[in-house]
Amino acid sequence: MTTTPDTGAMDNSPSLWLTFWEIIRSYPLLHYLFRRLGLALLTLVGIVVVAFFLTSVLPGNPAVVRAGPLANEERIQKYEKEMGLDRPLAVQFGDYVIHLGQGNLGESWTSRRPVQDELKERLPATAELGIAAFVATLAISLPLGILAAVYSGTAIDWAIRLFATFGASVALFWLALICIHLFYYKWHIAPPPLDRLTIGIDEPPNVTGFFTIDSLLAGDIDTFRDALNHLWLPALTLAFVVSAPMTKMIRAAMLDVLDKDFIRTARAVGVPFRQIILVDALRNAFIPVLTTSGIVFGYLVAGNVIVERVFSWAGIGQYVWQALDVNNLNAVRGFILLIATVYILLNLVIDLLYSLIDPRIRLN
Amino acid sequence: MLRMLLRHFTLLLGSAILMGFIAVAWVGPDQMKYEPEKVSRNTYEKPSPEYRFGTDKFGRDILTRVVYATRLDLRIAMTVAVVSFVVGSVIGAIVGYYGGRLDSILMRGVDILFAFPAFLLAMVITGVLGDSEKNVITAVTIAYIPYFVRLTRGQMLTVRTLQYADAAISIGNPSWRVILIHLLPNTLTPSLIQMSMVAGWAILDTAGLAFLGLGITSPTAEWGVMISDGAQRITTGEWWMWLYPGAALVLAAFAFNLIGDGLRNLLRLQ
Repeated sequence: MTTTPDTGAMDNSPSLWLTFWEIIRSYPLLHYLFRRLGLALLTLVGIVVVAFFLTSVLPGNPAVVRAGPLANEERIQKYEKEMGLDRPLAVQFGDYVIHLGQGNLGESWTSRRPVQDELKERLPATAELGIAAFVATLAISLPLGILAAVYSGTAIDWAIRLFATFGASVALFWLALICIHLFYYKWHIAPPPLDRLTIGIDEPPNVTGFFTIDSLLAGDIDTFRDALNHLWLPALTLAFVVSAPMTKMIRAAMLDVLDKDFIRTARAVGVPFRQIILVDALRNAFIPVLTTSGIVFGYLVAGNVIVERVFSWAGIGQYVWQALDVNNLNAVRGFILLIATVYILLNLVIDLLYSLIDPRIRLN
Repeated sequence: MLRMLLRHFTLLLGSAILMGFIAVAWVGPDQMKYEPEKVSRNTYEKPSPEYRFGTDKFGRDILTRVVYATRLDLRIAMTVAVVSFVVGSVIGAIVGYYGGRLDSILMRGVDILFAFPAFLLAMVITGVLGDSEKNVITAVTIAYIPYFVRLTRGQMLTVRTLQYADAAISIGNPSWRVILIHLLPNTLTPSLIQMSMVAGWAILDTAGLAFLGLGITSPTAEWGVMISDGAQRITTGEWWMWLYPGAALVLAAFAFNLIGDGLRNLLRLQ
C-alpha cells in the first residue's frame, strides 16, 4: 500500500487523530476543556472502583441480613446465589460495571427495586431542602460578609467573625434539636419534625418533586403552606451552619477587592460608596466565592444527611443511613456515585466558568 | 501588652477553653460521685442539686457522663489531628519533593477522596470497619489525611526550589534527610493551623457519627451518643438530656476553631 503524503484529507486514522489533537491544542480553551473532562472521567472511574471495593468489605453478610434472624444455612446460601454474592469479587465488579454502563445501579436488597429509581424518588426531597438552605445561606452570609469587610477591624467585624467561628463549631444535630425544642415544643410555631408534609395531606401531583413548587403548580395553597411550614426550620438550621464558612469567604474576598487600586480610584473620583460596594466590589468578590462553592456543596450534602435524620426528612441522606445499617451495598454505592458525580460536575463547571472569566487559569 | 492581649484574644480564649477541657478530662472523672454507665431508678430527673445536669432514661447522671465523655472525645479528636497531620505531611512532602509520576498518581487518589465530603467519607468507612473507638479514629483520620497531603505538597513545591535545598543536597545529604530534616519543617506552618481546625472538625464528626449510631455506640458515655439518646425525647421536652452534652461538644469545637483562627493571625503577622 502506497501512502500519499500530499493529500491530508485522505490520511489514515492515526494522523487524523493527530490532526484532531493539533486543532484542539491550538485552542487553549478547548484544550483545557478536554483535559479537565479527561481528568474528571478518570476521577469518576477511580470513585467507581473505590466505592465498589470499599463497600464490598463491609462486615456482615447482606444475605444473612435479608434472610432474617430465623433463616437456616440453606436459605442464606440461596439468597447469596440469588444476589450474586457467591461469585469472586472481580466477577461481581465486572458485572456491576457492565450494569453501570447501562445506567443500572443494581437492585436495592431491602426493597428489591432498582437503586436508581429509589434515588430518583428521594433526590427531590434532598434537593428542595438543599436549595432552600442555600438561598437562606446567601441571604445570611452576603450582608454579613460585606458588612464585616466594609467595617473591617471594628466591633461589627469582630462580632461577625465571632459568629462565623461559632457557626463553624456548632454541631448541626444539636442546633437542630434546639430549634425543634424552641419552635415546636415550646412555641408551637413549627410542625412536628416528621417528614415533608403533615400526615393526611396528600403529595401534590409530581412535576418537579419539590412539594412547594408542585403544590403551587397545582394551585393547592393549603398543601403549599404545609410544605413550606415543614421546610423552613430544617432549611434555616442547615443554613446557619453553612453560612459560617460562606461569611468568612465573602469577607475575605471583599477585603481583597476593597484593597485594589480601582476601588481607590473609584472612591477618589467620587463614585457613591454604596455603588462601589454593591456593584464594583461585589462583582469582583464574586469570583473567589464562586470557586469555593464546591466546599459549600460539600457542607450542604453532609449537613443534609444529619438534618434529614433529625427531621425524618425522606431524602437520600435518610436513604443511605438506612442502607448502611442493613448492608444494602448497592444503595450505598449508588449514593456514593451520585454525590461524587454531582460534586465532580459542579467543580468542572466552576473551573470552566472561572477559566472563561480569567484566561490566566487555562494557560497554566 | 494590652494591645497584644487583645490582638491574640482568640488564640488565648481558645487555649483557655481547651485547657479547661483538658483539666476536666484529666481529673474530672475521679471527682464524680456516680458511675457513667450505672443504671438507677431516678429516670428523667430534671437538673437538681443532686443531679446537676439531670438524668437520662436509665437514671444515669448526665453530668458524670458528660465529664467521662470529655476524656473520650478529646482523645479521639487529638489522635485524629496528630495522626492525619503526621501521615499526611510526610506523604505530601515525599510526593512534592520527587514529583513526576508518583506525584500525579497519588494526587489523583487525593482528588478521588476530595470528591466526597469528609464527613460522608468517614461515615462510609466507619460503616465498613464497624463500630469501635479505633475504627472511628481510623475512618476520620483517613478522611482528613488528604487535606495535609495537598497542603504540604504545595508547600514542598516551593520550598524544594530554594537555595538551601540545593545546598543540603550538594553536600551529600541522603534524600530522606533532605526531605524530613531540612525541608519538611519549613512547610509545616499552614499544616499546624490546619491541625487545629481538623481537631475541631474531628470532634464534630465523631459525635455526628455517634449521633447517627456509627462508631461509638450506646451505652458508652460520648457526647454524640448522649445527644442521640436525648433526641428520642425531643417531642416530650427532656431538654437536659441533649442540651448539656451538645454544649460541651460545641464549646470544645469552638476552642479548636478559635485556636486555628488565632494561630493564623499570629503566624501571618510574623
